Amino acid sequence: MSNIEVSGLNVYYEKGTSHALKEVNIEIETNKITALIGPSGCGKTTFLRALNRMNEVNEVMTKGKVIIDGKDIYNGGVDVIQLRKKVGMVFQQPNPFPMSIYDNVAYGPRIHGTRNKKLDTIVEESLKKAALWDEVHDRLGESALKFSGGQQQRLCIARALAVNPEIILFDEPCSALDPISTSRVEDLLRELKKDYTIVIVTHNMQQAARVSDFTAFFLLGEVIECGKTTQIFEKPRDKRTEDYVTGRFG
Amino acid sequence: MNFLERVRTCRYKRIDSKTAEKIVEKLLFIATLSSTLIVFFIIGFMFKEGIPALALGWDFFFGMIWRPPHNQYGIVPLVVCTFIVGIGALVLAAVIGIPAAIFLAEYAPTWLRNIIKPCVEMLVGIPSIVLGFFGLIVIVTFIRDSFGGYGECILAGWVILAIMTLPHVISISEDSIRAVPKAYKESSLALGATQLQTIKKVILPNARSGILAAMVLGMGNAIGETMAVLMVIGNPEIPFIPSSILDPVRVLTSTIVIEIPYAVWGSMHQHALFALGVVLFIVVAILNAITTAVMKRGEMGGGR
Ligand SMILES: Nc1ncnc2c1ncn2[C@@H]1O[C@H](COP(=O)(O)OP(=O)(O)OP(=O)(O)O)[C@@H](O)[C@H]1O
Ligand SMILES: [Mg+2]
Repeated sequence: MSNIEVSGLNVYYEKGTSHALKEVNIEIETNKITALIGPSGCGKTTFLRALNRMNEVNEVMTKGKVIIDGKDIYNGGVDVIQLRKKVGMVFQQPNPFPMSIYDNVAYGPRIHGTRNKKLDTIVEESLKKAALWDEVHDRLGESALKFSGGQQQRLCIARALAVNPEIILFDEPCSALDPISTSRVEDLLRELKKDYTIVIVTHNMQQAARVSDFTAFFLLGEVIECGKTTQIFEKPRDKRTEDYVTGRFG
Repeated sequence: MNFLERVRTCRYKRIDSKTAEKIVEKLLFIATLSSTLIVFFIIGFMFKEGIPALALGWDFFFGMIWRPPHNQYGIVPLVVCTFIVGIGALVLAAVIGIPAAIFLAEYAPTWLRNIIKPCVEMLVGIPSIVLGFFGLIVIVTFIRDSFGGYGECILAGWVILAIMTLPHVISISEDSIRAVPKAYKESSLALGATQLQTIKKVILPNARSGILAAMVLGMGNAIGETMAVLMVIGNPEIPFIPSSILDPVRVLTSTIVIEIPYAVWGSMHQHALFALGVVLFIVVAILNAITTAVMKRGEMGGGR
């Protein structure tokens, strides 16, 4: 199990002209859920994607340290493939591949060289962990695109679990889901934190309050405040945090 | 009512707007109709002129010998050569074009892409007679010097046609690779897949129908192309089915161009040339229909 220490993290877009994250320092605890909140455009997604180096897919410049398991992932020696295996990600829009349920879940393990019988076990276990097995166990060969948004999102969670990560990053996983699907995903998060370290971006204050142990409040690329969720919501130290969590934010 | 107002209303009264609208609508319709009519007129004319030859039936469609002076009009060698030249050119264009499209869409940094794309597109602008001339002087000479024979041959046709289809193959393939949702690519990378694995397992399967469409369309272009091909493939007196890629060949288009001046007005020879046009038209139309069908299926299956 791993914890994450971020120190002096700066991220710049557009050849350094747009400063998206400024001197971010956070520690993320093992087997806990950490929620990232803040208004649109404040850098939550950028921060999340800095943790598995997904920002590199676009043109960005990153400075500072992100230490996972005692190793700085921005240090030359780190293998980005191994990093992304260890730090899984679930996106805002449910985005299964246009393949069968089985192939979706098996995608990661296959990439990393798992074959045949072991694959069946991994697929079944991952779907069970994602609380989807009961609904799909007799439909594994059907196209993932035929399922509902909520089912697709849980499939994406199963797909991320299948490569056996230690940390899972969620970027607004419920924003495209209805309330019932949302509460199922939230239950799932609580279940998953026993085995995984979870970081979740959310726009929904109640959701942050309901599921998370720690909360970090972002504003214009800076972390204004972070701490226990109960403290952030009940006794915020910063006036801006208070305005935001109580919905008075201009 | 003041003066200005009166002028204004008076002008509108002359032709009230409803009538004007109706007239414009009619004019637009006539413009559309005439372009459609032209298409049908040409098709109808071609068929009408081709019928006496098409009516030869078996001797025309399955005849092995095309020798107008002896009244032999079998199109098999012409059709076979047309497909040999077209398919070969397409394979060549695909072998170069698809990797190029993958590079442009997935690997090339923006600045490099901004240089390469206009260059590739410039190929489209080169008149085919110029390409043919280039082919005759450079490619044909090169083939003659290095492999022997006449130089004017299938291989030269492949090269010149591949050059002509390449920009279409590259740009349509690249577009369809780019059209694959970014979410697929990102989820693959986030699972720890390499760039190459992502291209192989997610991007290419999803871009497949677009790439396939590019190929079929390219094939249609290659088969219908005339000038450049005519100049480099040799066009033997009596067309035959080739046994080597260094053999000269005759295709449908080049045969029409070459023989029109000799065909006596109203003779079977002339009808046969029109019939060749009909065959060409049908082949290209079928290829275009396949392109459309493939594209449509891709849209329905790929997106969400
Ligand atoms: N690919 C990109 N290229 C350039 N600028 C970007 C890019 N992605 C994000 N930005 C900029 O970086 C800043 C932070 O964006 P980010 O997506 O991290 O915000 P966010 O907090 O996730 O917002 P939201 O809540 O709307 O998802 C924004 O100002 C945005 O314009
Ligand atoms: Mg975001």
